[in-house]
Amino acid sequence: MSREQVLVSPDWVEQHLDDPKVVLVEVDEDTTAYDKNHIRGAVRLDWKKDLQDPVRRDFVSKEQFEALLSERGVGNDDTVVLYGGNNNWFAAYAYWYFKLYGHDDVRLLDGGRKKWELDSRDLVPDLPERQPTTYTAGNQDTSIRAFRDEVVASIGAKNLVDVRSPDEYAGRLLAPAHLPQESAQRAGHIPTASNIPWSKAANDDGTFRSDDELRTLYGDAGVDRDRDTIAYCRIGERSAHTWFVLHELLGQPNVKNYDGSWTEYGSLVRVPVVTGDEPGSA
Amino acid sequence: MCGGKEGGVSLEGIDLATQAVIQGVVRRDGEPVAGAYVRLLDRSGEFTAEVPTSATGQFRFFAGPGPWTLRTLAPRATPVDRAVVGQTGQVAEVEVHLTA
Repeated sequence: MSREQVLVSPDWVEQHLDDPKVVLVEVDEDTTAYDKNHIRGAVRLDWKKDLQDPVRRDFVSKEQFEALLSERGVGNDDTVVLYGGNNNWFAAYAYWYFKLYGHDDVRLLDGGRKKWELDSRDLVPDLPERQPTTYTAGNQDTSIRAFRDEVVASIGAKNLVDVRSPDEYAGRLLAPAHLPQESAQRAGHIPTASNIPWSKAANDDGTFRSDDELRTLYGDAGVDRDRDTIAYCRIGERSAHTWFVLHELLGQPNVKNYDGSWTEYGSLVRVPVVTGDEPGSA
Repeated sequence: MCGGKEGGVSLEGIDLATQAVIQGVVRRDGEPVAGAYVRLLDRSGEFTAEVPTSATGQFRFFAGPGPWTLRTLAPRATPVDRAVVGQTGQVAEVEVHLTA
């Protein structure tokens, strides 16, 4: 996997705005951002309404994902380019989700919506018209998705990477600081997890750092390439960003995203929790 | 949810006694700047959160007590850093002025 196959520049996107085989998809946590304006031709995916089961905590089924992409006009052989706000957190989550269901050619727009806006590039309010397709999804590739029992069994055995901010890791904050601090679950982190905030992988404008910088970052923090790795955050979108870095940019095998993340782990009964800045022991 | 709503989350229905709110407005030549990006950095300089400013140039964070830095990015402007101290039960107000 090379950077060019998974990451595109704003210039590349501008050159492919009228390419019928390139589908731009905006995914924001603040879904009203798309309503105001978006890159010309981009369709929207709502990470919550479109990608989450409305009743239980899980993703939509293969059949539902097929219906969704068919309706949005995404074909199996299309190049899907994802972008969004928040430094591509939810776009990276959607990227991982597309890979989970086996889409072949998915890429991220480097820097996402922020970089695009900071460059003063064009955004339009017009909604695109795309013809429906007949999309076929694969079965979920759980080699990139971790569940709680595996996470508990990984303590002291695999690389656990907590990508939240240092204050969330230590238990001083329960949520990212643009949200009220009122969650009910316990604060802290999974024992032995290293804290490598997702943001260390990105520049201020939201673009990814170079491969060399990224290799140094994770290597110095003790992520052993020869061990399996599980990344987590609060609900799995920031850790999808780190999963993208490790698995897609750096080509590290056996990296999983734990989408249950702290909102699940921090609510489990009788699992070990560590507070403070140190990883703690198994 | 883990994302940034423009201007930050409303204070409606939130018990402010338990929160250390940091909020304010971004201006250029006295006028509010919509769609600037304000990021909250912790005492080690590490990213903690980021929101785009609202139509009226406003932003809001729910931080913890202690020192923080606000870094503001906007098109055609030099990034601006402002130091601020959060206090539980208090709302810290910050004005950020952009220059080209």
